[in-house]
Amino acid sequence: MNSALMIESLPALLEGTWLSLQLLTAALILGLALAVPMAIARLEAPGPVRAVIAFYISFFRGTPLLVQIFLVYYGLSQFDVVRESALWPFIREPWFCAVLTFALHTAAYTANILRGAIQAVPAGEIEAAHACGMSGPMAYRVIILPRAFRLALPAYANEVVSMLKATSLASTITIMELTGTANTIVARTFAPYELFVTAAAIYLVIAAILTAALRALEYRLARHQRAPASTTAVIAGDAHVQA
Amino acid sequence: MDVLMGWGGQLLHGALVTLEVAFAALALGLVWGILGALAQLSRWWLVRQLGFLFTLIMRGTPELLIILIIYFGGSVTLTGLAKSVGLAAGFVEIPAFAAGVFALSLVFGGYAAEVLRGAFLAIPKGQIEAAEAFGFSWWDAFTTVRLPQIWRFALPGLGNNWVSLIKDTSLVSVVGLEEIMRVSGMATAVTGEPFRFYLIAAIIFYALTTSNGLLVAKLERRASRGERELAR
Repeated sequence: MNSALMIESLPALLEGTWLSLQLLTAALILGLALAVPMAIARLEAPGPVRAVIAFYISFFRGTPLLVQIFLVYYGLSQFDVVRESALWPFIREPWFCAVLTFALHTAAYTANILRGAIQAVPAGEIEAAHACGMSGPMAYRVIILPRAFRLALPAYANEVVSMLKATSLASTITIMELTGTANTIVARTFAPYELFVTAAAIYLVIAAILTAALRALEYRLARHQRAPASTTAVIAGDAHVQA
Repeated sequence: MDVLMGWGGQLLHGALVTLEVAFAALALGLVWGILGALAQLSRWWLVRQLGFLFTLIMRGTPELLIILIIYFGGSVTLTGLAKSVGLAAGFVEIPAFAAGVFALSLVFGGYAAEVLRGAFLAIPKGQIEAAEAFGFSWWDAFTTVRLPQIWRFALPGLGNNWVSLIKDTSLVSVVGLEEIMRVSGMATAVTGEPFRFYLIAAIIFYALTTSNGLLVAKLERRASRGERELAR
């Protein structure tokens, strides 16, 4: 291994990492914004709407992301309607296509996770909300969704990491994110191990940070379910630990 | 054949290559998975850590990157080896098929190790003790008590990983393997109809993943046929 080359190429790789993180953030925010209404509609909307959403979810989960990204980036430009539309300046851009595809992709997975979480909210809590006179939307806003978000968090953390890995596919449509940058430098230097292993290490570090952050969030959101810290301190009679 | 614009034969061939890669990676990946699970359950600290490290790396690195490492890295290593033995072979390139199978088997193995470890630990200890009390040897207890249950506990997880593996085969097109995606790309270049051919690719993949999903569900029902069902 040529460690000088690894250090030398680090700035370029980190620049690519920054782009990967931007892609990830944009895709996750858009995807979540799409997934919440989709999950609710998947459960509450009239039959035909439910069927359409179910098909959407199964299509995006049942086909490779690479196919989806090629369909959007290469596929849409086949149509004159698209090329003459006002959206063309966006659809022409690989960055826009990548974010759009990633968002649609993660929306399907996230909607599926959220649907399961909504269904896992104890029936008694929903009945209690209705018994208190809450309307359907209010029960969703105040009781069901907050509870479902918490239930969905562990599975959503996996989805976030899998989307981080998925951003590497942006390199196939010319975007110079982390994998794309590493691949380009490999083509020039022909030192695949140095570059790809460094890139892999960067992905692992980001995945570890994201996992830890989401686990901390999960822990924080469950704080009302834990015994107050003071109880044990008082029982133990430890004067140094106060509530 | 109008819809396929004469590319039906090649697409079929591409679909077969996709399945070949998937099944080969599955077989090899199960070996990595079993070894990984055994390592994670080992009594030696170092072996356990190595097992966990394997799973961590395979699950935390993009599949595409693993394919690139194996393909380009493997070629560089082989070239170096050829030179050191004195073969004037020039640049040795490993076939995309072999690189793809090896890379995807590692990914599958990383996930499978986790699933298999969980399945192994899910077997109630009392059952093993009961087997021992009946005078079963370790091997008999393993094959008649443990193995059927590991299979049942691991099936849902392995089934998901298998369907993911089928989708991941599309990534091997990046290093030039002529599977569904690559064939669709070639058809696109010739006909100028990317939407049509990538949609066809999507439909083929969708058919493969849904049919295999159903197959896994069927195997799951069969594996749990001895289990008590909830009265409905």
